[in-house]
Amino acid sequence: MTTSVMHDDHHHEPPAGWQRWVFSTNHKDIGTMYLIFALVMMFLGGGMAMVIRAELFLPGLQLVQPDLYNNLVTNHALIMVFGVVMPAAAGMANWMIPLMIGAPDMALPRLNNLSFWLLPMGGTLLVLSMVVPFVGGGAPVTSGWTLYPPLSTQAGMGMDLLIFTIHILGISSILASINIIVTIVNMRAPGMDWMKLPIFVWAWMFTALLLVLIMPILAGAVTMLLFDRHMGTSFFDAAGGGDPVLFQHLFWFFGHPEVYVLLLPSIGVLGIVIPTFARKPLFGYKPLVGGMAFLATLGMVVWAHHQYTVGMSLAATKYFMIGTILISVPVGLMIFAFILTMWRGAMTFETPMLFAIAIIVMFSFAGVTGVMLAVVPADLQYHDTYFVVAHFHYALIPGALFGLYAGVFYWLPKWTGHMYDEKLGKIFFWWTTLGFNLTFFPQHFLGLAGMPRRIVDYNVQFTEFNVISSVGGILFGLSHLLFLYIIIKTVKGGEKAEAKAWEGAMIGTPGLEWTLSSPPPHHSFATPPVVK
Amino acid sequence: MSAFNRKWLTGGSVLFLLLSAKEAFAEYAYNFPESVSPLTRDIHDVHMMTTKLAFWIMVVIIAVVAFSILKFRKSSGYEADQEFHKGTFGTWSWLLVPIIVLGIDFSISGPGLKALDMVEENIDADLTVKVVGSQWKWSYEYVNDDVKIISNLLPEEKAGDKYLREVDNPLVLPTDRKVRFLHTATDVLHAWWVPAIAIKKDSIPGYINETWTQIEKEGTYYGQCAENCGRGHAYMPIRVEAVSPEKFDSWMAEQKGAKLAALAEAQSDKEWALEELMAKGEKVYNTYCAGCHQATGLGLPGVFPALKGSAIATGSMEGHVDIVMNGKAGTAMSGWSAQLNDLDLAAVITYERNAWGNDAGDLIQPKEIKAAR
Repeated sequence: MTTSVMHDDHHHEPPAGWQRWVFSTNHKDIGTMYLIFALVMMFLGGGMAMVIRAELFLPGLQLVQPDLYNNLVTNHALIMVFGVVMPAAAGMANWMIPLMIGAPDMALPRLNNLSFWLLPMGGTLLVLSMVVPFVGGGAPVTSGWTLYPPLSTQAGMGMDLLIFTIHILGISSILASINIIVTIVNMRAPGMDWMKLPIFVWAWMFTALLLVLIMPILAGAVTMLLFDRHMGTSFFDAAGGGDPVLFQHLFWFFGHPEVYVLLLPSIGVLGIVIPTFARKPLFGYKPLVGGMAFLATLGMVVWAHHQYTVGMSLAATKYFMIGTILISVPVGLMIFAFILTMWRGAMTFETPMLFAIAIIVMFSFAGVTGVMLAVVPADLQYHDTYFVVAHFHYALIPGALFGLYAGVFYWLPKWTGHMYDEKLGKIFFWWTTLGFNLTFFPQHFLGLAGMPRRIVDYNVQFTEFNVISSVGGILFGLSHLLFLYIIIKTVKGGEKAEAKAWEGAMIGTPGLEWTLSSPPPHHSFATPPVVK
Repeated sequence: MSAFNRKWLTGGSVLFLLLSAKEAFAEYAYNFPESVSPLTRDIHDVHMMTTKLAFWIMVVIIAVVAFSILKFRKSSGYEADQEFHKGTFGTWSWLLVPIIVLGIDFSISGPGLKALDMVEENIDADLTVKVVGSQWKWSYEYVNDDVKIISNLLPEEKAGDKYLREVDNPLVLPTDRKVRFLHTATDVLHAWWVPAIAIKKDSIPGYINETWTQIEKEGTYYGQCAENCGRGHAYMPIRVEAVSPEKFDSWMAEQKGAKLAALAEAQSDKEWALEELMAKGEKVYNTYCAGCHQATGLGLPGVFPALKGSAIATGSMEGHVDIVMNGKAGTAMSGWSAQLNDLDLAAVITYERNAWGNDAGDLIQPKEIKAAR
């Protein structure tokens, strides 16, 4: 994807052809592969969402049978979480962290190669898990991405393949995270102090720490599930003295911090994008870093708010309720910092900034519905309804995905050496934001009116909002063809990007990426730059 | 036409569409159904409070963002204030966030915790109902009266507009009496949820969860399974019929009488005729089997196998008895020998062999079932 730019050291030019990619130890090439992988998986996971919305367009069974429907719901989530947002954020980390902190490459380049190439393996296993039910591999996985037993122990071979998928993707994440932590700790250019780090680097530091802590828990939980299925253990089977709720605790001990794994990189992108286009330094840099640390820590100890309905003790429930409500403090800090960065700035509204502003509003909305959900008695009504579906799509699409889009538009000039088509970028922004809101806003009403999640067919009373949601969903899905077109167009050509592609790029606590040419040389920094 | 005019014209037509849509949708539910029990009403109040708070927080955020976008633009010549993040305000203003946010949080958590205590007030119940979720139906056991109801999805041709909400046998409850629900499941997780009268707690195999209600108004209340239980998750509706305590008592007496009569009948050594078994079998079939295999015997293609013309229902009697009594491993078909008496089993097997054009032509007697146990 990057045109190879020679610099004076001729021994280190990249190998030609496929070897450049398969044997790559270059952070930019690996970053590019991560991003392409995420883009491909996004069309796969998005395609599943389109089938889901088409099926729910009207009551009745139109397109898919219940088993396939629930399988699509399961894999849509797994693909979007493990195949899209995490790889895309990791790709951005690979590309940007060495450039931002003035490092020649990632600290552990060969590990970097391994952690990427595990991803296509995991992706293949995941697709196989969907295919085997059609060729005699037993019942498909219908449990949803949470893989709750006993339902997940009823599934056929596809479930085993999913468990291996999670193992492989988990190893990939852990290796990538170790690499990122080591790079940030050891590879900063002279003078790049902790408190001068671009906020994106800080965000990824917390993300990587979280991943190293939580991925092993998930791997352990699904391994216990594998043992229950095939080795005669009964960790999660009440009939054998086990406990189905134990799995839920283990899963959400991973699953809730995972939300912040998805979220924090995008928060980091916003902390870069907003100062650039407001042309003034990030407001509240230190409170924001502290807020992210607090968020990551608190996020580790509030997992059970995903399972208020399992019947925990009153004391435990109260603890999880208060803890969860407290999350509004660090999230409030982020919103506060971003709004006050815009305040008294000199704003222009290029595509990344449009996304950033929309994220502030829409993510705040996810925040307030999040507080509503945190209140246990109310959650006992909201739980497992479309209200929850709407809430977490508002959290994860603006909070994670749109943040990454902002990053893609922001750094495309740096990655490709070309400016993207601003007009098309703005059309994409309006189109996708409108489609998104049309899809998910009505789902709040569906949930309150009593429509549960993960049902393939519904009573006619839920028709109207489902129709709106499906129309929005198709709009939202189609907008991504334009996204793909913009990216391809930018890679192929366009206005030449300067080293410093944006007027306000070097304001506040910027990264060093803008001191290099666009695109940067194959080896980013041959000699360490000195930060004053 | 100028660009300005075009913009307003487009905006106007979009607005018109939205307004006309709003009128059309005005009668459709967009909030919780009306609460008819003390707990759900309290929760409804908490929900409305947090919703209003959420609304006003969003109004403030959108207003501030909109103001910034309009005021602080480079295109209108505004110069960025490069000192804004420094100084006392820049350094300490973040403290406002925890103060404001915690203020809002505590105003929410107060009523929230109060309602939460109420969730646990399930003692001193007048009536206890054990609610058991199975793939894919609900059964209700009146623990004090030893009466059991099996509640199945009512098929579309009978339910009409209430399809996926309507059942064959509703749960009947008295008004004004405190009812305690005990939730459990036989296979996977389920969740019994009727928003107007009670909150949901998961039905978990091996666990017993408790909820309660005290219904204040006679009427029909709908709900459905809220925890993903696989293939038939969408097909597990709930109907609660709330009647006056007097009506409930007489209904309960009727149930008990019917149960005794059925028991006496099943234990007699009577030789049953085909017509008698068919008539009885149809009832049993519609209660226990039609949820999956459908009243038409056609099943749901790709989901539940058809019995009409099936190799088992028209094949050897031994094979048919075996699958009905012992189920089929690895599928949703569970064994029925523990749940049905000899007469019911004999009747339903006979029915399946001779209904919907199945022409096995034979029948099985209750005493043969007894021998097969």
